[in-house]
Amino acid sequence: MKRISVTVNGVRHEAEVEPRTLLVYFIREQLGLTGTNVGCDTSSCGACTVHLNGQSVKSCTVLAVQADGQEVTTIEGLATNGKLHPMQQAFHEEHGLQCGFCTPGMIMAAVGIVDENPDPSEAEVREALEGNLCRCTGYHNIVRAVISGAKASV
Amino acid sequence: MAAGQKYVGGGVPRKEDPQLLTGQATFVENLTVPGMVHAALVRSPYGAARIKKVDLSAALAAPDVVAAFSGEDLADEWAAGLPMAWPVTDDIRIPDHWPVAKDVVRYVGDAVAVVVATSRAAAADAAELVDVDYEELPTVVDIEGAMAPGAPRVHESFENNECYTWTHSTGDIDAAFAKADVVVKGEYTQPRLIPNAMEPRAVLVQPSPAAGDFTMWSTTQIPHIAKILLSMILGISESKMRVIAPDVGGGFGSKLNVYAEEALCIALARRLGLPVKWVAGRSEGYLATIHGRDQLQEIELAATSEGKILGYRVKIRANMGAYLQLVAPGVPLLGGFLYCGSYGGEAYHFECTGVFTNTTPTDAYRGAGRPEATYAIERAIELLARKVGLDSIEIRKLNYLPQGEMVPSPGGLEFDSTNYAPNLDRALELLGHDAVRAEQAERRAQGSTKVLGLGFSTFVEMCGLAPSQVLASLNYGAGGWDAATVRMLPTGKAEVVTGTSPHGQGHVTCWSQIAADALGLDIDDIEVLHGDTHVAPHGMNTYGSRSLSVGGIAVYEACGRVVEKAKTIAAHLLEVSPEDLAFENGSFSVKGVPDRTKAIQELAYAAWTAHSLPEGTEPGLEANCVWDPPNFTYPFGSHLCVVEVDTETGDVDILRYVAVDDCGTVINPVIVEGQVHGGVAQGIAAALYEEATYAEDGTLETSSMINYLVPSAAEFPSFELDRTLTPSTSNPLGVKGIGEAGTIASTPAVINAVADALAHLDVGEVPIPATPERVWRLIQNAKGGAA
Amino acid sequence: MIPAAFEYERPSSLAEALKMLSEGGDDARPIAGGHSLLPLMRLRLARPSLLVDIGGLADLRYVRDEGDHIAIGALCTHHELASAQELTGGCRLIAQVARQIGDPQVRHRGTIGGSIAHADPASDLPAAVLALDGAVVARGAGGSRTIPAADFFLGPLMSALEPGEILTEVRVAKRVGCGSTYEKFQRRAQDWAIVAVAAVIESSGGTISNAAIGLTNMAGTPIRASGVEEALAGAASEEAIAEAAGRVSEVGTPLPDQNASSEYRLHLAEVLIRRAVANAMS
Repeated sequence: MKRISVTVNGVRHEAEVEPRTLLVYFIREQLGLTGTNVGCDTSSCGACTVHLNGQSVKSCTVLAVQADGQEVTTIEGLATNGKLHPMQQAFHEEHGLQCGFCTPGMIMAAVGIVDENPDPSEAEVREALEGNLCRCTGYHNIVRAVISGAKASV
Repeated sequence: MAAGQKYVGGGVPRKEDPQLLTGQATFVENLTVPGMVHAALVRSPYGAARIKKVDLSAALAAPDVVAAFSGEDLADEWAAGLPMAWPVTDDIRIPDHWPVAKDVVRYVGDAVAVVVATSRAAAADAAELVDVDYEELPTVVDIEGAMAPGAPRVHESFENNECYTWTHSTGDIDAAFAKADVVVKGEYTQPRLIPNAMEPRAVLVQPSPAAGDFTMWSTTQIPHIAKILLSMILGISESKMRVIAPDVGGGFGSKLNVYAEEALCIALARRLGLPVKWVAGRSEGYLATIHGRDQLQEIELAATSEGKILGYRVKIRANMGAYLQLVAPGVPLLGGFLYCGSYGGEAYHFECTGVFTNTTPTDAYRGAGRPEATYAIERAIELLARKVGLDSIEIRKLNYLPQGEMVPSPGGLEFDSTNYAPNLDRALELLGHDAVRAEQAERRAQGSTKVLGLGFSTFVEMCGLAPSQVLASLNYGAGGWDAATVRMLPTGKAEVVTGTSPHGQGHVTCWSQIAADALGLDIDDIEVLHGDTHVAPHGMNTYGSRSLSVGGIAVYEACGRVVEKAKTIAAHLLEVSPEDLAFENGSFSVKGVPDRTKAIQELAYAAWTAHSLPEGTEPGLEANCVWDPPNFTYPFGSHLCVVEVDTETGDVDILRYVAVDDCGTVINPVIVEGQVHGGVAQGIAAALYEEATYAEDGTLETSSMINYLVPSAAEFPSFELDRTLTPSTSNPLGVKGIGEAGTIASTPAVINAVADALAHLDVGEVPIPATPERVWRLIQNAKGGAA
Repeated sequence: MIPAAFEYERPSSLAEALKMLSEGGDDARPIAGGHSLLPLMRLRLARPSLLVDIGGLADLRYVRDEGDHIAIGALCTHHELASAQELTGGCRLIAQVARQIGDPQVRHRGTIGGSIAHADPASDLPAAVLALDGAVVARGAGGSRTIPAADFFLGPLMSALEPGEILTEVRVAKRVGCGSTYEKFQRRAQDWAIVAVAAVIESSGGTISNAAIGLTNMAGTPIRASGVEEALAGAASEEAIAEAAGRVSEVGTPLPDQNASSEYRLHLAEVLIRRAVANAMS
């Protein structure tokens, strides 16, 4: 077991983890933050996307021990004071989700895209979402939501 | 609607969203109960093998392991095998199918043993320590191989691999072909597809050992059906079983089943007296969750020299996989009435043979039978158009069924509402057809290596399986009804209890819209309850685009009954006759005396206190409806696709996708469009990207999301949508299904576009998926090898 | 899935890392971003006994102009390289390649050191480093050595790194007056290349004076298309470039796999070389 200290959504957590514990399972099972989902076992689907030190990463492909001393933001940390983040609001308004399973990862990826490119074109959004799979929406409304969320985030 | 339409027809934002947007969903994997243990399955690495010995000793000795069992150890847990509910013929061969194999494994992924431990990691570690001694047996993975003389038999007890042959005919098919001027024949391979709901399957079972009852949370589309069938498998009284489908992350048919792991977790919970959880990894799910499609099709059209179709002769063979899952044999039949599409004719003959192979069982995947049928007819009609010298528009308009209600189709169905030509015209207008054709011609004239193609798919489909008596004639093992309870609460709010089981479709929002309008309530005063057999005891669940046209109508009808009862109470309190009351915006008023009113909320309270009710009226204001529709609904539409083919690499890029659907009355246009977007994307994925393949030894080659190509946003364009509105005559709201239409329509639209792009090269049949290499080869072969 | 159990250490210096690796035995592995190793471990296709996490060694994270070459610290992520200002001239190829790797999340974690050390012939950066006449600096208990990229890649997932060595730096030769491009052909945006072509082209007035062509996924290692390069020198027309591209067949027959046959791979390489050269010159 290794002792780690990870700040998740602004709260510092000290915990003992097995080295093989993936960051996503640390977040889900040890911290009880189950908003971050696991959709595959090959780093393909992006459902587990969180921010590590402000950058989007696939938390299924990071060991919890690698996040020691670092800052993580999950979907639970996005809304502030009960108010949805502009990207969450945009997904709601543009019907950018159906079953909602890919949604937390999709939104975290989208926030990351807009952090790096505040005014993305449709083509840029589609390209930048290459690592996040959705099976319900055909991406049409997700892409609209990201563009609209970008405008609202300015 | 009596109460006016404040919500129905509007793009009401979804009530489902807040918890899904903020990470507060209740997906099964998120749930834990105290004392929970974790199951990991040991699965066969062989396509076929005899289990000689299962040695569990090392696994049992591993840290944190609670128990481990072989199939033989668990044999006495099963009162019945895993169920198949659609024996399509009287002589269908139904193999035994146990949750854990006892003696022979028949596909890679067939369960052999299970290990239970206090953590998922420990269970996975110990499962690796189970030592199974196999004697390999010969395998067969494809339809033609399985039907060949001397093929290895998937089930030794059957004399060959044929499961059933089902036929269906109308008219005199031989006469139609005898008098035809023209016959065209198409042969198509429908690839095997993996549904890939984003949420992998998971099960959690909590037993109450003293009471002898069980609560199962499962990633299922069918909690009610699962409850009945699992009770039968485990020999548990149905009343001791509670099944909960909490938030479910997509299904597309892959969760329309009763799975081995559900039965197994209940059995383990019973044996161990502990809560048991199992969560599939994605790659494990690829082996252990149903696949879809996998058919070989032959279609012949008999026609006049002018292109008028006289008859349809169809022969298909469908891969069932190693066992029969819940409705697998019936899946091809759902297409079996629709190989004539939206077209007329005098005669129709359909024949389907189901075949066993050493592969993961197949079953219903979004569209189930109709995408295959639509593909075949929409490709074949292009062959006919070419043969008789008509274009894609002319051949369709020549053969469309006439506009009308209850229009007989050559396939033997009566279509509730047909109005095809105006729908196609709208799509052509939206596309700007002539400009696309002009650009196509210009690129060809310039000798561009980026050629354009325009593909058509004008489809009709059938959804909302009904009525129950008709399903009986097809040997379908369930009814076509669904149930709703609408309950006014004393505080003036309402509960809508539905038997449908949504997993992304937005039933909570849509049922709220229907009920809010029907009862005259604010939409936020409606709660929709679903997916828990203790809360919603009756239901036939969600599949086959049935929820709105069956379950939604039950909600609507139950609301009407609530209003009727409220009216009698209002009349009593206002001391008038019910006939003298008008109901509008949630309030009863005396006709001609508009200030004498009773709001439905007041009546709900009055019904609860029961202080003053009309004689003979029971307290409470609620009503049930079990709606059994008189007919299917038959949505239709026109999908047009423009592709660019890179003739140097064979790469296909979709430039535009125009879809004009007709699903009758629309409750929520935003949700309808979302269903079309997602459906179209899945059909495009099937046309260009997805194909599950097996090696000869039974190994699934496309074993993960790395090599089974579920496309991302980067692979799609935005879609251009519109609708025509031809109300269904099968239900009082005029609604039709829309969940599968996009998937049904889009695959042939894309492939027709690829074929059209290459039409000047005369390349022959375009295979699906039209991968870059396949398209490049078509071009090479057409060029006779010249680069 | 969950990886098999292993030990984990996080050294505070390279020297400590090397010591841990050598004491850890044959199944000890260094890890940085983990985007080559962790996917294999999750499927239990890799089972290291010890992971030595060098991800925190900040002194391995740099892009430096060293006069005749650019030195890239092993821990630079693809994301960082995609916008690294120091990558100019022909070396811009590294940035062009980096932004086409995987997806944004992968680029935020994956490192050039990991990608090169993993020696996957379908990975993008190896062919680029090879095309830029690059080299790899490896540090072991006995000191450091520089291995030319041409000698580094030995086969699929096999490199000249010795057990206990850590790849610390990637060097690419500076080339001025060049255009470069990376033409990648894949089914989905996030996929590995079926075939890709890294091209560095020196030309003036439409005539090519010098060409370097690296190929991804055309053999068990990244390779240079030397026949093509030879034929491109002096080429001044579309026809001449096309003819030169045809000499890609001299690299031998690539292996077929799920994604493409040998024949199609070879054909794609020819088309992509043509396009890459044109783009690099434009």
